[in-house]
Amino acid sequence: MSTSTATQTEVKPKSESLFSKKNRKLLTDPLDGNNPITVQVLGICSALAVTVQMEPAFWMSVALTFVTAFSNLIISLLRNTIPSRIRIIVQLSIVSLFVILVDQILKAYVYDISKTLSVFVGLIITNCIVMGRLEAYAMANKPLPSFIDGLGNGLGYGLILMIVAFFRELLGSGSVFGFKVFEAAGIPFIGNGVMMIPAGACIVVGLLIWAQRARNGYTEAE
Amino acid sequence: MSNKNSNSYIIIYTCILTIACGTILYLAASFLKPAQDANIELDRKKKILSTIIKLDKTWTPAKVEETYNSRVKGYVVDFSGKVLENVNVETVNIDAEYKKPAKERQYPVYEITSESNPNETEFYVIAGSGKGLWDKISAFISLKNDLATINGIVFSHKAETPGLGARITDDEAVYSRYAGKTIFEGENIAPIVMKKGEGNDYSNDPHAVDGMSGATKTAIGVNDMLADYLTAYESFIKSKKSKI
Repeated sequence: MSTSTATQTEVKPKSESLFSKKNRKLLTDPLDGNNPITVQVLGICSALAVTVQMEPAFWMSVALTFVTAFSNLIISLLRNTIPSRIRIIVQLSIVSLFVILVDQILKAYVYDISKTLSVFVGLIITNCIVMGRLEAYAMANKPLPSFIDGLGNGLGYGLILMIVAFFRELLGSGSVFGFKVFEAAGIPFIGNGVMMIPAGACIVVGLLIWAQRARNGYTEAE
Repeated sequence: MSNKNSNSYIIIYTCILTIACGTILYLAASFLKPAQDANIELDRKKKILSTIIKLDKTWTPAKVEETYNSRVKGYVVDFSGKVLENVNVETVNIDAEYKKPAKERQYPVYEITSESNPNETEFYVIAGSGKGLWDKISAFISLKNDLATINGIVFSHKAETPGLGARITDDEAVYSRYAGKTIFEGENIAPIVMKKGEGNDYSNDPHAVDGMSGATKTAIGVNDMLADYLTAYESFIKSKKSKI
């Protein structure tokens, strides 16, 4: 494969510092203005499924951030060697590799969480955010910015997951990270059943999108 | 080889990629296997204890191990109720046994002694396995020492729908419905049936429990599993019962 690296054609030979404005933007953009869930509306399936409680949502975010960041990095390192005819398969193999690794690690060290997340860790393979970033960014950019881009998108996804899980756990089970806040404060609490089912997540995500668009002055293109 | 789209380049590329990914996964799997096996084993012990005690966060792995080792004695029986002396109960995989015909399976039994008197068996725990809506489900059922009344039941599932069928494991209001029900009707085994629909009162029916709204198929799987395994344990339960 060493012969193929000779054909490498770098678009931007100038080196950049780790905290350059561009790199920072890569990290912060997906948190708000270009959020994968609320703006691009990707990865909704797991956002609905694993947000009943904050702890599984947290581990799901960690798992996805790990997968997006490292698969972006590896694909970016390999980008000049990947034959375009099989690039999707190559991307999928790398994503699967990391997803299986994450799944195995969760099973070995946080077994109860891995039982709660069950199939959803495996389904990161088909998560549109991961594939989307590989195809749109890592295939055409250098390793470091790609890694940061993956990190940013994973965190953007995680941020929304945690916000949704916060409201669902608080209103559905009256707790935050398993800590019964209403009970501790001595306030009588009746759980809201809608928040316990996926429909509750739809409502919370909808309200979040509304709040974000109102704040950022977004209007639907005519 | 310089042409990235030539067939030979693609074939070699995929071969290297496959071998590299395979090697990494093999190394990770063999490195993590001991920790995973320990977790699975601990989980089994937790489930067996959960049929008689509510395990909260104070139950550290060490406490689970200690309680299990001091109070639980497991052995394996066959369909005719005979104890299989040379089979280690820890090695019996109930999901794998489920695939065999009922008469050829090995059935684990766990006797839990009374906390105050270590010579007195307080509960008998039996296991079951079956098919839910999407994938396999399994259960541990603890019977009181009359071998007729259900003390508690713990389900596990692989892929039931969260919020619907998955309630068999995570909703206490669902699995606690089985406590106090009886598995005998006169001299014969009468399996507990989860009914269709939710919100009905079955407190006067010793063989029925309230259903789960939106999870009828999971309930059918649970009913089939209980019917299958209570029948399979029938000889064992009757022979034990005759001795008390």
